[in-house]
Amino acid sequence: MSIGHTLLGLLESGPRHGYDLKRAFDEHFGQDRPLHYGQVYSTMSRLLKNGLVEVDGVEAGAGPERKRYAITDAGVTDVAQWLARPEKPEPYLQSTLYTKVVLALMTGRDAAELLDGQRTEHLRLMRGLTERKRSGDLADQLICDHALFHLEADLRWLELTAARLDKLAAAVRG
Amino acid sequence: MTPAGSLLEARALRKAYGPTPALDGADFSIHPGEVVAVMGPSGSGKSTLLHCLAGIIRPDSGTVRYGPHTLTDLSDTHRSALRRTDFGFVFQFGQLVPELTCLENVALPLRLNGTRRKAAEHRARDWLERLEVDDVAAKRPGEISGGQGQRVAVARALAPQPRVVFADEPTGALDSLNGERVMGLLSDAARATGAAVVLVTHEPRVAAYADREVVVRDGVAREMAGAA
Repeated sequence: MSIGHTLLGLLESGPRHGYDLKRAFDEHFGQDRPLHYGQVYSTMSRLLKNGLVEVDGVEAGAGPERKRYAITDAGVTDVAQWLARPEKPEPYLQSTLYTKVVLALMTGRDAAELLDGQRTEHLRLMRGLTERKRSGDLADQLICDHALFHLEADLRWLELTAARLDKLAAAVRG
Repeated sequence: MTPAGSLLEARALRKAYGPTPALDGADFSIHPGEVVAVMGPSGSGKSTLLHCLAGIIRPDSGTVRYGPHTLTDLSDTHRSALRRTDFGFVFQFGQLVPELTCLENVALPLRLNGTRRKAAEHRARDWLERLEVDDVAAKRPGEISGGQGQRVAVARALAPQPRVVFADEPTGALDSLNGERVMGLLSDAARATGAAVVLVTHEPRVAAYADREVVVRDGVAREMAGAA
């Protein structure tokens, strides 16, 4: 995820302090990975340098200065372009799992057991996500569904690979 | 989970259709209140396992024990009676009687078990409410959507308060949203009543509603280690 674009997008509704930006980010997008303050401030300095945000005001306090950031016209254009640009689908070619399966076969280990172990791990995660989805709000449901559909795709691959292990073994062992 | 304390348990089931083995030494066990997903590729023997567990077909060898009964030793009549009183069934489609209203469909197994009409319909209405389809009580299956029909079918399976529910691809004909709704309601209702659910599915997202999964491959059922 592009943290810079996300923070810029959050600024479109009005100027905010770095702390507010972090809080808004965590609330909407950071369920599993909340932002570090350091990430917020380094991202904001970059956006500032590129002219995508400007400092709207500075509050002096006991601690460090608290800058309030506002999005610039260039920043709004940048967010619009980012949103309009489709994400590159990632086919995960040569994934770790594929590598492990091939290596297991090459080294005479039990690849079916490896696939079964992975399948169990995937389903365990899917059960947790399903539980979270069922007790969560709509945002939780959508986030969990996205993860669930991806895990399901992995599981289909695991199943298909399990069904083709003999052929794959013959191919990798030459 | 070990078979100790299990409600339904199968050992070394073998079943062949002609020269083709569908089950080749399959074991299975389920505890009260547990939802177990039976997964595996097409033709792996999932449905045959379910049919043997439910006493619909008799395996060529092996045993199925249900509580104090050994299903595989019972007569067809006795097994049919047990299926009516203790087991509930949900299939992919085509299970509601088209001539009856949804309320009458849900009341039907209760009526067959000897419950009087008024009491049966009262309980049927309760179950339609629990499955959030009480608004279609007076309609016939042909007049409702697939998702509604499947929830009516779940209500019908659960209304007689079975101890085991057998669900064979219960969401196979539904879109994702309806499928998940049916699974949520089915698993909640089963857990609330303490019924065990044997859920045959090839969809991982459906299996994720279960407590654990068993994978059938080449007629052999494998418990997935550490899945409980």
